[in-house]
Order: sequence, then structure tokens, then C-alpha cells
Amino acid sequence: MNQLAIPHDHLETLELKNTLKKQKILRWLKGMLFLAPSIILFSIFLFYPLARSIYLSFFLTNNTGVPTVFVGFENYINIFTSPIFRNSLQSTFLFVLYTVPGAIIISLFLAIIANEKLKGIGFFRTMFSSTMGISVAAASVFWMFLFHPTMGWLNQILSYVGVDAIGWLTDPKWALLSVSISTIWMNIGFTFLILLGGLQSIDRYLYESADIDGAGYFYQLRRITLPMLSPTLFFVITVALINAFQTFGQIDMLTRGGPQNQTNLLVYSIYREAFMNYQYGPASAQAIVLFIIILIITLIQFKLGERKVHYQ
Amino acid sequence: MKPVELINISKSYDQEQHVLKEINLTIEKGEFFVLVGPSGSGKSTLLRMIAGLEAITDGKLKFNGKLVNHLPPKDRDLSMVFQNYALYPHLNVEQNILFGLRAKKIAEDEQKRRLMQTTEMLGLSDFLKRKPKELSGGQRQRVALARSIVSESPLCLMDEPLSNLDAKLRAQMRMEIKRIQKKLDLTMIYVTHDQVEAMTMGDRIMVLNDGVIQQVGEPIELNNAPTNLFVASFIGSPKMNIGSAYIENHQIVIEDTLRISADITTVTGWLKERKFTVGIRAEHIKQTTEEHATHQLEVVNVEQLGNETLITFEIGNVLWTAKWLGQWLVSVGDYVPVSISMENIHFYDTNTGDLLKAAEQEKEREGIAL
Repeated sequence: MNQLAIPHDHLETLELKNTLKKQKILRWLKGMLFLAPSIILFSIFLFYPLARSIYLSFFLTNNTGVPTVFVGFENYINIFTSPIFRNSLQSTFLFVLYTVPGAIIISLFLAIIANEKLKGIGFFRTMFSSTMGISVAAASVFWMFLFHPTMGWLNQILSYVGVDAIGWLTDPKWALLSVSISTIWMNIGFTFLILLGGLQSIDRYLYESADIDGAGYFYQLRRITLPMLSPTLFFVITVALINAFQTFGQIDMLTRGGPQNQTNLLVYSIYREAFMNYQYGPASAQAIVLFIIILIITLIQFKLGERKVHYQ
Repeated sequence: MKPVELINISKSYDQEQHVLKEINLTIEKGEFFVLVGPSGSGKSTLLRMIAGLEAITDGKLKFNGKLVNHLPPKDRDLSMVFQNYALYPHLNVEQNILFGLRAKKIAEDEQKRRLMQTTEMLGLSDFLKRKPKELSGGQRQRVALARSIVSESPLCLMDEPLSNLDAKLRAQMRMEIKRIQKKLDLTMIYVTHDQVEAMTMGDRIMVLNDGVIQQVGEPIELNNAPTNLFVASFIGSPKMNIGSAYIENHQIVIEDTLRISADITTVTGWLKERKFTVGIRAEHIKQTTEEHATHQLEVVNVEQLGNETLITFEIGNVLWTAKWLGQWLVSVGDYVPVSISMENIHFYDTNTGDLLKAAEQEKEREGIAL
């Protein structure tokens, strides 16, 4: 009996192993099936273009985009020695520096005041988040009117106060700032909404407990609200940074990169290089540089964030 | 000068929906006062009003003789433990405990002294650098407790602090809280829905239902002379057996089935011919021998608790439970002899639910105990 039982047992474990293996393969296939739409879409619209851009950045092309001459890193060397590209890089960093902190600080302020339980607060919440529903194109048109040198409200207000008119979009000193202001306005809606959501998910007991403990409003803001909001803030900062580096619409609508290339941000510069000058090779090189910049900044942010962000 | 006085305190929302009605209450110094009631009775609202987290619609709230209705929570000099502990998830145990002291800018060495003292008392010394999520339920409870103790406020409020713990830990924390309260001579107002907690911890208990005080008294008092049917059925485990009754041929007839001989001369005076409700505690349906039995009842359910046995009988339309000490091997369907005595029965008005006459036996025993 025993002798018989051993091979039988052995057979059973073998069978079990096989079944488990089959199940494992089936599970993997099922998982892949769910991932397939994303994989296909990402491949077509993300991975292939990325690979193609890297490839193109090492070539010169004819005006239909067909690579003709292999130039190695020459495209990269050229763009970094070009004053126009360096200027565009500088403008981009300035633009990010203006818009990201600007939008987040204003949105945070609005979210904190809109988080109070007051009568009619819903109206203000709707107003503050309304810019989210306005497309970049529509908002740009709206700001174009505001910035208009003679008819624009901004200059009209200035003239009432007795200040000389400003060439908001035409003065090289002002153009980048003007575009930044309109961008901040456009971004407030989204940032505000996310931050308000973050604030509302903070347990109200924490504030009640702090009230009893004798903590004042600003102490609570600093010691409870901001730390508890840090995951949301982190998310918002990451998204805002990436968006700012990728700004295109409002530049195209408001300034077309001018005056004197002051608002020629990276994406607009890439667009110009590729679709106006038909220089697909150098344009691809610029695109790769932008990709690397965003990648590095996001990586740094995650590294720093890990230490500062309190996840629940 | 009582530490806490409530004079005609009421709470209503939108001027109509009354949550609390005319609460009058005085709490003594160093007293462990328990507010108990079913959920929705308004007990937590009352506590939050005392804390200042909820506005008082009407009435006066006095601390040490001074009106405090208008004071914000931080100026009321009290501490509070919340049901979900309200620990700050981003701060470690030490920072959590010291949060209030830092907010009030209390001197650094004083903070340290209180922290040491409190954490030692609660056995938290080894966990000071941990975040709340790295603690077990019981440890979090202790941190919440420590945060309240460290403030050294003379008045401590607790809102169902033990309801998130398992039964064993709950029993342990009950003792610990009571011990600390006595040691620090705190005046405690403790909210719970658990009558066992109320009975075991409270120096005095207030039973609240639908925003109205049902009874205020010491645990024994509540057990022996519940002033109405609500208190009678709410306090005690298992709950008091209740049945409708009337008098017929010198006997009390309960639920048309159970007849108990009564000395009618002492009873008729106030019961006359109307229907009324009787209540009897489970421990007073006594086990007895065949010859001493007043009734033979059929068993419909048996619960063996190890040290005692709960036996359920069907009396007319209601189920009555008897609690017998020890282990009794009876099974469903058996007829067991029991003795039910007139002197253990409470009499209540069926319509108002008010106590007409408390059981005589229990009053006597109270006298002996004192």
C-alpha cells in the first residue's frame, strides 16, 4: 500500500503544479487583456513617437520629415549654442517660476476661504473653479481683449489712475508676465478644485481637538491643514510644473512667441522649428531636451516629496 | 461652586427640531459622571455643547459658578477624548501629546515633565517616536488619553472613547480610565451607549432618551429602582423582563398566563382594577426545587456563559430571561421549576411608563449594603 501511495502522491503534486501553472498563465493573459487598450494607445501615441523623435533628433530631414543626413549629436550641439534656444529655455524657466507658485498660492488661499462653512459658499466655490471649464482658446481670446493696448480694460483702468498705457503683449518687458498672469488665471480653476477636495477630506475632529487644546487659527493652519494637505499639494505642484513646461495654446493665441522671442517657450519653439521651418531634426532634439528636463525635475520632486509629504 | 452646572439647557436645529429639552444637571468635583443613552438620544450633542463645539440654543452653562455659554472651547479649560481619538496622523506620539501645550506656549521643561509623567503612567514611553498608524487600537486610545491628561485641565470629557476597542481591551481600559480619574481627581463627563460601561465606571449616571433626562442616580439606584420602563429595560444585562398585567382573584396575572399570588391588601390601593406593567430582573426568576416552585416554565432557549446560565421562557407573547448562577444542564423543551416572588416585582404605569412601586426586596438589600 505504502509503495503504491508514494508514486500516486507524486503524481498528484505534479498535477497540482501543472494546474497552478496553467492558472498562472491564464491570470497573466487576463491581466494583459485588461492592459491591452492602454498598451496599444500608449504605443501608438506615446512610445512610438518618443522613439521616432529620438531617432529623428540624430538626423537632418527634408521638408516632409524624411531623414536624409545622419548628423549624430550635431543637432543637440547646435541648439545649445543657438542664442534663440537658450533664450527660449530661459523664458520657459521664468514662465514656470511665475505661474506654478502663483497659481498654487492663489488657489490655496481661495480654497482655504472657500472651505469655511458659510451661507452661499457654493456660489463662490463654483466661481473659483469655473475657469476649469473654459478652454485655453476661449480664455486667450478673453485675455486678448483685456490686454488690448487701447480698448483693453487693463489699460483703461490704468489711464483712470493716471498711469501710462502698457503694451501688455507687445512690450518685451511685459509680454512674458502678461502671458503668465493669464495662465495663472486659467490654472486656478483646476488647482482650486483639487485643493478644496483635499481640504474637505481632512477630518473635522482634528480641528475640534485642536480647538479644545487651545490652538489658534494660524497655528492650526500651519500644524494641521498644510501637513494634512501635503499629498494634494504635491500632486498639484507636479501637475502644474509639467503643464507649465508644456504650455502652448495661450502663446500661440496671444503672442506667437514674440515680441523679440520673449515668450518663445520651449513647446512653441519646437512647433516653430518643426512646422514653420520644417527642421524636424533640430525640433526633435529640442523635444528630447524638454522631455529630459521634465523627467529630471519630476524625479527630483518625488525624491524631495518622499521626505516632506505625509500620506495617511 | 459646582464645577459644571447645566440650567435648562436646550438644543434645537432650525427652531423646531428639539434634540435636547431642558436639561438640568449638576456635576460634583472629582465625580465620574456618565451620560448614557441609545444612539440618537442627544448625549454626544450635550457633551459637545459642554465642550463648546456646539452652540447652546437655550439655557445656562456654568463652570465653577461662571457662565461659559459664550466662551470658545479653548477658554473653557477642559480636555476631551474623541471617539475616533482625533490623533494627528502626521505627528508622532510625542508631538501628538504635546500639541496643545505647544499651542499654548507652555515652557519647554514643563512640557517635558508632563510628558514624562503621563507617558509613564500610561505605558507609552517606548512609543514616543511612532506615528499613530504604527500603533494598535489600544495604544492609540492611550495616546488620546495622554493628550487629555497632559493638559492638566480639571474637567475631562470623553465621547465613547472605548467603542472602537475589542471587548477584552475595553474591560481593561475601563479600569484604567477609572483609576486615572480617581488618581488625578478629575471631574469626568463620560458619554457611552453601553450600559455596562456606565454601570461599572460611573459614580453617577444620567440616562438620556430622545433628548430628555430619564433618570439621574448612582448605578445601584438605577438598577434597583428604575423610574420608568425605559430605564428599566435599558439598564441591566440581560434586560429587565417586562409584561403587561392585571389583578384578578387576589392574583397578579401577567401576559394572561403567569399568575402570582399577591397580598392584595397592599396592592389594591394604587392599582385598583386597571391594567399595568410589571418588571422583574432576570436574577429574580430563581431556580428552585419542585416543592418550592411557584411555576413550571417551558425552556425556549439556553445560553451557557460558563459561570452563569441564561434561560429564556415564553410568557404569553413576550420572552423572559432568567439568570442562574453556575452551570445548569437544561435543554430546550424542558419544564423547569422556578420561583417568582411578588417582592421582586416593579410596577409601572402602562401608559406613561412611570414607576408606580419599586420592588420591596431590592430596597431592603440596599439598606443592608449601606
